[in-house]
Amino acid sequence: MTSSRTPTPQAQRLIDAAANRVATTALTGDFPDLTVDAAYDIQAEVVQARIDQGNVVVGAKLGLTSVAKQKQMNVSEPLYGWLTNDMQIDTGAPLVCNKFIQPRCEPEIAFILGEDLSGIHISAVHVLAATQFVFAAVDILDSRFAGYSFTLPDVAADNSSSAGFTLGGVVVGIDSLDLRTLGCTFEKNGKLVATASGAAVLGHPAASVAWLVRKLAARGEGLKAGHIVLSGALTEAVAVEPGDSITARFDQLGSIEVSCI
Amino acid sequence: MKITEEQAKNMARQLLDARTSLTPIEPFTGSDPELGVADGYAIQQELVAMLLAKGEKISGYKLGLTSLPMQNLLGVDQPDFGPIFASTIYGDGATVSVSDFIAPRVEAEIAVVLGADLSGPNCTAATAYQATAGLIAAIEIVDSRIIDWRIKIADTVADLASSGAIALSSTVIPIDECDPRLIGMLFTKNGDITATGAGAAALGGPLNAVAWLANTLAPLGVTLPAGSVIMTGALHAMCPIAPGDVFRAEFSHLGSLTLRISE
Repeated sequence: MTSSRTPTPQAQRLIDAAANRVATTALTGDFPDLTVDAAYDIQAEVVQARIDQGNVVVGAKLGLTSVAKQKQMNVSEPLYGWLTNDMQIDTGAPLVCNKFIQPRCEPEIAFILGEDLSGIHISAVHVLAATQFVFAAVDILDSRFAGYSFTLPDVAADNSSSAGFTLGGVVVGIDSLDLRTLGCTFEKNGKLVATASGAAVLGHPAASVAWLVRKLAARGEGLKAGHIVLSGALTEAVAVEPGDSITARFDQLGSIEVSCI
Repeated sequence: MKITEEQAKNMARQLLDARTSLTPIEPFTGSDPELGVADGYAIQQELVAMLLAKGEKISGYKLGLTSLPMQNLLGVDQPDFGPIFASTIYGDGATVSVSDFIAPRVEAEIAVVLGADLSGPNCTAATAYQATAGLIAAIEIVDSRIIDWRIKIADTVADLASSGAIALSSTVIPIDECDPRLIGMLFTKNGDITATGAGAAALGGPLNAVAWLANTLAPLGVTLPAGSVIMTGALHAMCPIAPGDVFRAEFSHLGSLTLRISE
């Protein structure tokens, strides 16, 4: 991550959008040559701005982990963003919609690492070996771009739309869990939105985390013991507004209910 | 219902010929758009009687249109059902030939095996639970005797809910240890993931599906006998098949099964 300095105009635009809760337009509209690598540099500045405000990085999240989503965006790999402590919503606490621009929720399987993980050799098996616990999770997205209208470099710069997350109350070791076939249902206001199994995330949620570690290695970074990793959406994201309630149920990991106010 | 018994028999005979010759027919709703669900079941009943007279035996039932997207597609607000014949049940690892079907597709499902007789009305998921011996990992091969699947609700109901054949894994798993709504499923074609899902995708869960079936059969005087196999509905969108394809459905709790497709 970059050290504290004056953010570039691109990063400042995203920092302001988040702070003022007013969406901006895609960076690639004004900077059509923005590459994904350069976008991750902007992301580092956006995360640094949160750290400068006294927050701490507590983990990472993955996006575009389903083949369907990648096809939709015309890309062949996922993307990542960093989570800071101020993004965490306590288990059972409400999602306060006016803290966000255009929040959306999606169900995920979260990992908590018991060991540092880094290197270009890391596979799903290494991730499982380094995992202390897994949790049910709901990822709260909030694109800083109006109407979620963006290309891959835009959303990478926007910290992969990271905005919030909440973890389930059940602490589960991975000893006898098959995360590939683990079932999940996702409901909005009591109506079923979608069902899935863990394999919806790059074939295995741990494979998704392994991709992240290898990707970070190319930038000389890695994950730390204690980091929370949201491994990617199992279903489509749903938009929420005050009055909505979201329920994500997981086989063996318990369920999460998020009330939106 | 608007059709006469004579008309129902005539349409059933057309479907029987289509099944025998593997030559699809025009949708009944093409010439008579007014045909509804009740007409469909009247035709289905005649067709089942003809097939039973030819020596077929009913082993259970399949549910169709159990997901909201499928119901919306056909403009209905409930599922449909048709019988499963003993001659159309395959095992894990079986090879099925596309030449036995007209326009086959596959979908992974959870099958319920009854351990006791079950009849409606007023059957709930709890009643269904009591009558359930266990769950089986399953794949259904659906097929349509109507050209290009150009079906409306009356057409598919008449055509035995577009059933083709089923494949069942060899293990019956008791329901006690899991929530059947949350049984996860991963469906692969030639090793590539084509879909994932969970039990709740079909009518909210396999036991809801069984209860719906028992209640729907009650006015017809039908009790589901112990040993019945009930295919509770697809957990994902149906998938086209071609010779050489290998499909595999892996479930949490229930294990997996493989289906091979040949010429």
